[in-house]
Amino acid sequence: MSESERKDSPEQAQFRSQCQAWLADNHPGTPPVAIPQGALELSDPDAMQWLQQWQKAAYDAGMIGCDYPVEVGGGGKEGHQMIANQEMQRAKTPYLPNIIGMGMAAPTIFFHAQDDVKAELLPKLLSGEHIWCQGFSEPGAGSDLANQQTFAEKDGDNWVINGHKVWTSLAHFADWMILLCRTDKSDKYNGLSYFVVPIKSAIGKGVTVQPLIKMTGQTGFNEVLFENLVIPDRYRLDAVGAGWKVAMTTLAHERGAGPLVTPASGGMATEGETGVSVSSVGSLIDLARSHQRLGKTAADDPALRDEIIKLMIRREAIQQNNRRSAVAALTDHPMRIPLQSKLVSTEFNQDLAEVAYRVEGAASTLNRNDPNAPAGGQWPLAYMNSFGVTIAAGANEVQRNILGERVLGLPKSK
Amino acid sequence: MAEQPKNFGFGEDEVMLRDSARKFLSDHCSSDKLHRMVASDFNLDRPNECLWDQALWQQIVDLGWAAVCVPEAAGGIGMPAVAAIALAEEVGRAAFPSPLIATLSATFVLNACDSGAATAALTEIAGGKATALALTNTEGNWDSAATGVRVNADGRLEGVAAFVQDARKCAQFVVSAQSDAGVGLYLVSATADGLTLTPDSIIDLTRDQARLTFEQVDAIELAAPGTGHAAIDAALPGLLCLVAADMVGAGEWLLQTTVEYAKTRVQFDRPLGFFQAVKHPLVNVMLQIDNAKSLTYNAGCAIDHDPAEALRLARMAKSEASDMAVFSSSRAVQFHGGIGFTWECYVHLFFKRQMHNQVLYGDAKYQRALLADLVIGKAA
Repeated sequence: MSESERKDSPEQAQFRSQCQAWLADNHPGTPPVAIPQGALELSDPDAMQWLQQWQKAAYDAGMIGCDYPVEVGGGGKEGHQMIANQEMQRAKTPYLPNIIGMGMAAPTIFFHAQDDVKAELLPKLLSGEHIWCQGFSEPGAGSDLANQQTFAEKDGDNWVINGHKVWTSLAHFADWMILLCRTDKSDKYNGLSYFVVPIKSAIGKGVTVQPLIKMTGQTGFNEVLFENLVIPDRYRLDAVGAGWKVAMTTLAHERGAGPLVTPASGGMATEGETGVSVSSVGSLIDLARSHQRLGKTAADDPALRDEIIKLMIRREAIQQNNRRSAVAALTDHPMRIPLQSKLVSTEFNQDLAEVAYRVEGAASTLNRNDPNAPAGGQWPLAYMNSFGVTIAAGANEVQRNILGERVLGLPKSK
Repeated sequence: MAEQPKNFGFGEDEVMLRDSARKFLSDHCSSDKLHRMVASDFNLDRPNECLWDQALWQQIVDLGWAAVCVPEAAGGIGMPAVAAIALAEEVGRAAFPSPLIATLSATFVLNACDSGAATAALTEIAGGKATALALTNTEGNWDSAATGVRVNADGRLEGVAAFVQDARKCAQFVVSAQSDAGVGLYLVSATADGLTLTPDSIIDLTRDQARLTFEQVDAIELAAPGTGHAAIDAALPGLLCLVAADMVGAGEWLLQTTVEYAKTRVQFDRPLGFFQAVKHPLVNVMLQIDNAKSLTYNAGCAIDHDPAEALRLARMAKSEASDMAVFSSSRAVQFHGGIGFTWECYVHLFFKRQMHNQVLYGDAKYQRALLADLVIGKAA
């Protein structure tokens, strides 16, 4: 029995067994098409469609959106999403494709949209029928997110949007976008407003989506151009000028520090597994055992052993920090650990992949399409892809500013 | 894995103990007072005195801190290991000169001895008798097989034990000694005939350390020859956690003190903390403190609830805490700038305590080498 199970209430325990029973019969099995390492790298429509079917099945089985109210398509429970996530991960189901929808759009809509908009949008978001993307970054607004230039102009009961968003993951599949933009040019922070925007239905009618190619050669993110796109005022979240505040709800959830638990499945490997998982120290140890170095295996090299164990300690520390974070008496500042979440997990994954590709030695030079590439070339690829997340959602340098200022109380750097 | 409580076993009593210890030490061992007590003389050739507040120790004994992990049957409070770890963190936060960590360490070893004599020694600890471990040889090796003390034919002790922590504050010692039948553990009074205590001159001003020379010294057997090794092994996770917790507390003092300085010290018309060259490393210190703290609580919890896992988890905690000790203290001196390099700035007291702590029972790489053997298997 795992630690979490022992703390289950009777209702949670019953839900856990329901999840287990359903997953035993309904695991979608091996995908018929190649599935990339994470949802943000999805480019093949067939892969997307297959994953959407999986998300819909899991939603219909009550494992997605459990903690949202029934009126908005949720399960009307509390503390159930965490359990569904644990069981989906334990069952090694595929990941859920509507990752931005569930992780960022849903909590933001839930906390800031008017009721009829919640009821209109959240059911198909949670079921994965509608894929969502995030329109925050712009050519001139990366880490300096408030420097938004995309402009929404009021026109009667509508808004007319013009501007240019970049690094927009999943926009090529997205039905909807959460959009942060400017409604007042005279005030940097209070001149921002927040909208939900139907983009797929507007392609060619005010919306253009063009792919951007990542350093790995993969697609998956895009630039999105708005030219006189008209949307109704009801798609505005919260007040005109309150966009920055609303964006903070999005960012808190994106960084793993928000009140609502994001539905998640698969991808999270546990230690000691043998399968190639690019987030597992166990996989790294297996890799080291199977590669030669200095006449022995890489797992016998004292310098590498030290690096591997260091990573294992960091992995354990992330888990134990999360455990401690839930105990108020053992934390000096309530946000001290939650605000570290994005920073430490993305740097851990980056460093793990970096050690791993070095373990492969000369073979790490082989691209993933080379038949001799070890572990299918996943480790060097994971290393390159890891920069996506140390940069996205506020570069880790910005995260360090936030921690220094909000938790340690140091003077603002901007 | 056996069951572990989500709160690491920090119930109401443990939290209350920690809070009262934090308040007591901030009231009675402020950094001002500490500096006056241990650093009034900067002369390196000063008389090698043991500087501490004995009256304060008596108050601590009366508060029951020395007895937290002594079983109730031996007159103690019988709290879990995490209670001792919580106290060690507060001791570190104040860099408090006392025999408390030595005595808590001895308690863990005595709890692992199964003898009437060990129970009697625990009763004496509960009564306030400060006790230190004398396990380490002159090479700094604390492996029981390497002990520099022998039991002679009359059952008396001969030889040398070194690096005994807070020895001059203690009234008795738990000594590991070799005989033909293996290593046993023995209790020796600090005033025993034939025992010579030679103080080391040490860098850390907040504790003392000594070498014990045994010549025909009477001793009480705590663990029979051949069983001492097992008792030390069983206590080792606790010893590692106490030092790790001390480093966590001292690390937090160093962080908060440096943060306060970075808010007030102005250069280039800005407070230092405005500059990311200062801000970001301070955040990194915080991340490392949090890692070390959570890992230490986790290991402490395993001592209480999952002893088979405790050593592995305690080595993780000691490794992370040792790296953190170096980083937190080096950044504190560096970011205090010129003043941080002076004797009058309190930072050096904690800097030196961290230097001392990080090597006790093996530094970070030492722990990781042993963890690698455990997790990956011995290297070919």
